[in-house]
Amino acid sequence: MRSDPVVQVRALVKRYGAKTAVDGLDLVARPGVTAVLGPNGAGKTTTVETCEGYRRPDSGTVRVLGLDPVREGAALRPRIGVMLQSGGVYSGARAEEMLRHVAKLHAHPLDVDALIERLGLGTCGRTSYRRLSGGQQQRLALAMAVVGRPELVFLDEPTAGLDPQARRATWDLVRDLRADGVSVILTTHHMDEAEQLSDDVAIVDGGRVVAQGSPEQLCRGGAENTLRFTGRPGLDVGSLLKALPADCSAAELTPGSYRVAGKIDPQLLATVTSWCAQAGVMPDRISVERHTLEDVFLELTGKELRS
Amino acid sequence: MTTGTGTYAPKPGAAPLPRMIGAQAVLETKMLLRNGEQLLLTAVIPTLLLVLFASVDIVDTGAGKAVDFLAPGILALAVMSTAFTGQAIATGFERRYGVLKRLAASPLPRWALMTAKTLSVLVTEALQVALLTAIAFALGWSPHGDPGVVLLLLVLGTAAFSGLGLLMAGTLKAEATLAAANLVFLLLLVGGGVIVPLDRFPGAVQDVLALLPISALSDGLRDVLRDGAGMPWGDLGILAGWAVVGLAAAGRFFRWE
Repeated sequence: MRSDPVVQVRALVKRYGAKTAVDGLDLVARPGVTAVLGPNGAGKTTTVETCEGYRRPDSGTVRVLGLDPVREGAALRPRIGVMLQSGGVYSGARAEEMLRHVAKLHAHPLDVDALIERLGLGTCGRTSYRRLSGGQQQRLALAMAVVGRPELVFLDEPTAGLDPQARRATWDLVRDLRADGVSVILTTHHMDEAEQLSDDVAIVDGGRVVAQGSPEQLCRGGAENTLRFTGRPGLDVGSLLKALPADCSAAELTPGSYRVAGKIDPQLLATVTSWCAQAGVMPDRISVERHTLEDVFLELTGKELRS
Repeated sequence: MTTGTGTYAPKPGAAPLPRMIGAQAVLETKMLLRNGEQLLLTAVIPTLLLVLFASVDIVDTGAGKAVDFLAPGILALAVMSTAFTGQAIATGFERRYGVLKRLAASPLPRWALMTAKTLSVLVTEALQVALLTAIAFALGWSPHGDPGVVLLLLVLGTAAFSGLGLLMAGTLKAEATLAAANLVFLLLLVGGGVIVPLDRFPGAVQDVLALLPISALSDGLRDVLRDGAGMPWGDLGILAGWAVVGLAAAGRFFRWE
C-alpha cells in the first residue's frame, strides 16, 4: 500500500458570504479509513466537497491523490467515488437502473448484480427512487460511490438515518473496501462509527481540525481515565490519596461511591485494591473507564456531539 | 490488517466518451418518457389540439384547410414542449435533487452531459414529429416545401428553446421553474401563432408577438409547409438570435447546485 497521503489539505479557508465555514483547516489523510468527526456546522461537508472539486477554496491548497480537484478534476473524477449526504438520483429512476448507469460511466465497474445483492438493493425492484425508503436511498448512494472501483471514496454521513442492521452492512462494506486497498474518507457525528471503522480520526470544530490521530492515540493522550468502585461510606480518602501517585485525585462522590482519576495502569489498580485490603473494604463494582472519543471531543471543544 | 478478497481492489477509469454520452442520452430519454406530466405536455396536448382544432371550427384559420394552418403550428408547439417546457422542468428538478451535482463528480464531463440532454431532446422530438405528422396526414394534411429547410427550422428552434429552458432551470428554484415553464407554455400556445393566427391580434401587439421564438418557428414552418416558400430568412434570423442569447445566458448564469 502506498503511504503517500491520499488527501492533503493545507490552511483551507472557505466562506459563504459573511459566514466562515472552514477557517484554516489542515488535514492529511493517509491510505486507509479516515473519519472526519464533528458536530453539525463544523465544516465537515464543506471540506469534503472541496476535496471532491465542488467548491473552490477561498485560500489554502487541496490535493487529492496528488491532484488539484478543481484544475485537474477531469483526471481526478474517474479515480474517486462520491456519496453525497442526500439525493443524487433521478426521482423517477429505479435503483438498479441508476446503479447500472453509473457503472456504464466507468471503464472497469464492479459486478452490478453482486453489489445489488451485497447491499440488499434487490428488493427495490421497479420502485422509483422517490418512493424508496431512506435506508434504501442511502445504500443506493453508497453503491453508486463504489461501483466504479475507485481508489478513494468520500462518504458524507453514510449511516445517517439508517437502522442498526443497515448500519452494520455499511460498516462491513467500508471494512471490505479498506481490506482491498481502497481509501475512505467519511464524515460522521457518530463516535462509535469513527472508533469502529477508522485508522485515523480528525476532530473538526469551528472550521478547523482540533485533533487528529488513531482512536487509541486520541483516547490515550490528554484525557485522563477513571476508576470507580463502591464500598462502605466514609472511607478515609486522604490515606488513599497518599498511596496514589501525585498526579491522581480521589473523591467520594456520593456516600459509598468512590472515584479515582489519573493515569490508570495495572500498578495503580493494584495500589487501590491493596489499600482496600488494608482498610478491610471489599471494593464492589470496581471498574476502569477508558476515555471515549466522546470525552476527548467534549474536552477539546466544550461541546456535546449529538446525532 | 486483514487481506481482502480483491472484489473492490481499485481499477479506476472513465468509460469511452461515446459510451458515456450514449448511456446518458438513453437514461434521460427513459426518464422523460416515463414521466406522465411530460408525456401530457409533449404528446397528449399537441395531439388533442391538432385533432380538435382541425375537426371543429373553433378559430378562423383563414383560407384553405384548417389542418394546413394547424400542423406547422403544432409542430412548433411540439418543439417548444420538449426543448423548453419539458427540459426546463426536468433539469430544474435534477438540479434540486442533486442529480446534476452527483453527475458532476462522475467521469462524465459537463459538456457531455449537455450533449446527452440535447440528444435526448432530439430523439423525443423525432418521436413527436412522427406521431403528429401521421395524425396530420390522417386529417388530410398536404405539406409542401423543402424538408431540409423544415429540419433547419426545427433545429434552430430547438437551440433557441433549449437555451431559454436551461436558463430558467439553472437560475430559478425547481418549483418556480415548474410554474413559470407551464405558464409560458400556455401563453405562447395562445399568443405564438400556434392555433390562433397572429393577425387576430391588434397591429402593435402583433409586431411584438412576431418576435417571439414560438411565432418565428410556427410562422417559418407555415411559410414552408403550407405556402411552399424557400428560406424564411426573417424567421430563421429571429430563432438564431434567441438561440445565441439564450444559450450564452444559460452558459453564463446556470448554477449546478
